[in-house]
Amino acid sequence: MTGPLQRFTPVQRLLHWVMAVCILAMLFIGVGMVSTVMPKYLTLVAIHKPLGIAILVLALLRLVVRLRSGAPPLPSDLPEPMKLAAHLSHYVLYALMIAMPLIGWAMLSAGEYPVVLYGSLYLPPIVPQSDRLHAVLWGAHYYLAFALFALILLHVAAALFHLLVRRDGVFEQMAPVKVRDEDRAEIVIAE
Amino acid sequence: MTEPSRLPARSAFGALVLIAIIVGGGAAAFAYTAGWFSPGRLSGARMVAAFTPPGDKPPLGHRRNHAKGICFTGVFEATGDGEALSYAQVFAHGEYPAVGRFNLGTANPDAPDSTVRVRGMGLSITTPDGQTWRMALINAPVFPVSTPQQFYALLTASGSKDPKAMPDFIAANPEFAPFGAWATKGTWTASYAEERYNSLNSFVFTNSIGVDHAVRWSLLPDAQVVALPPDELAKRGPDALEQEITQRVKAAPQRWSMVVTVAASVDPTSDPTKAWPDGRRMVTVGTLVVRHIEAEADGPCRDVNFDPTVLPAGMRTSNDPFPAARSAAYAKSYDLRTGESADYPHTPSETKP
Repeated sequence: MTGPLQRFTPVQRLLHWVMAVCILAMLFIGVGMVSTVMPKYLTLVAIHKPLGIAILVLALLRLVVRLRSGAPPLPSDLPEPMKLAAHLSHYVLYALMIAMPLIGWAMLSAGEYPVVLYGSLYLPPIVPQSDRLHAVLWGAHYYLAFALFALILLHVAAALFHLLVRRDGVFEQMAPVKVRDEDRAEIVIAE
Repeated sequence: MTEPSRLPARSAFGALVLIAIIVGGGAAAFAYTAGWFSPGRLSGARMVAAFTPPGDKPPLGHRRNHAKGICFTGVFEATGDGEALSYAQVFAHGEYPAVGRFNLGTANPDAPDSTVRVRGMGLSITTPDGQTWRMALINAPVFPVSTPQQFYALLTASGSKDPKAMPDFIAANPEFAPFGAWATKGTWTASYAEERYNSLNSFVFTNSIGVDHAVRWSLLPDAQVVALPPDELAKRGPDALEQEITQRVKAAPQRWSMVVTVAASVDPTSDPTKAWPDGRRMVTVGTLVVRHIEAEADGPCRDVNFDPTVLPAGMRTSNDPFPAARSAAYAKSYDLRTGESADYPHTPSETKP
């Protein structure tokens, strides 16, 4: 290895951390809203819909940026199974970030619900009204939300493993600010 | 190589413990938010489950409450007078398409009509600006309880096998009295067309100059109200109401005046057990004209969730806690029944016993 690993571009890092906050908020709002009949139910639903659309827009933007800017390479000494896990989990994360808002939007469309963004700003239906389709999409939205949360926990665990145990610079590739410059220097010196 | 930066085994263990704590804490926070550590929290799912008494089978494919019903289509003819209260387009003078459902307040889709006290109407009106106003109204003048938790307790009591459960509930919840008086002494009719349907919950309307008004509304029948006790209704058969409304609408469209009552500042807006005093400002905002009746199985109301929080801009929920609770419960009921459509075919077989 030669020198510290290359980082993601500032735009990629900004998108990552903004979306991290949005998606975590979204998942907590989602499970929270279906757990209650109190007035906060309506508030949470009213945030869930526009936030979901915001995540969809950000995820599509991020996909374009990723295809154009690429990703810095993983450390060459990372074991092959971990490399494979890293690649696969990121494909799935991208798929879910884009699919979950679309499934939610389609589910409301199939249920003949108006898709309210804010006030009188509505989105058009993206699938025809259908009870069966609604049921399938509802199930997908529900179970994939738990899958996404589990995957995010795995992602966090892996990121921390890179930061605290392997100390291989992978976390720093996506860190919002430059961290552990001393460690970086150590590594460079060690080489 | 990066070897020198690796942690010695002992601090690697410490790091792994830290990672486990962070990930475990995240999972626990998620589970807490989902209510998995709070068995007492009232969710839409728990509320909906309570409509089916313990040991009974839920009405698969049907609404979990108000399970028996029949669809209608028609129009809402706005007078234009409602514009003083709300800038929603539905109050601008004109005619807007309406879809609705006459129904009985029971969890049993096959209940004989004479056995169900509460009759209801689901209504959805759409306007050219793409907005929708949905509501679910009942014929009782007030709601039986003041809070969603009390409603859950009422469902539990009424579903209980213990004969003392309901008397105990009524004794412990004096708010129930006005509803109880209506249920036992109020008029029974032999037609959905002769019922008055009430919003019960309060909402807030905002007009074009930004003034808010707390309101409730009712649909007042044009049809002559003829009292008929339930034992007389029973003699007309288990589906007398559906047969009657089908014939009646076939003969002539049926009309209801929609009257909005505006609260005075002293009126209770958060408690649907409390009627507002007579003499409040009332505005006739339009007429509902019911033109066609269709069976529910393949009718236009079947897959509509008459969620009372689906409101056009110019209307919003008030401090009444019920619309939120109804929205949460209706959504759960809808999610369940749309997944059970095989149990309630769109074209029921003719050989149904």
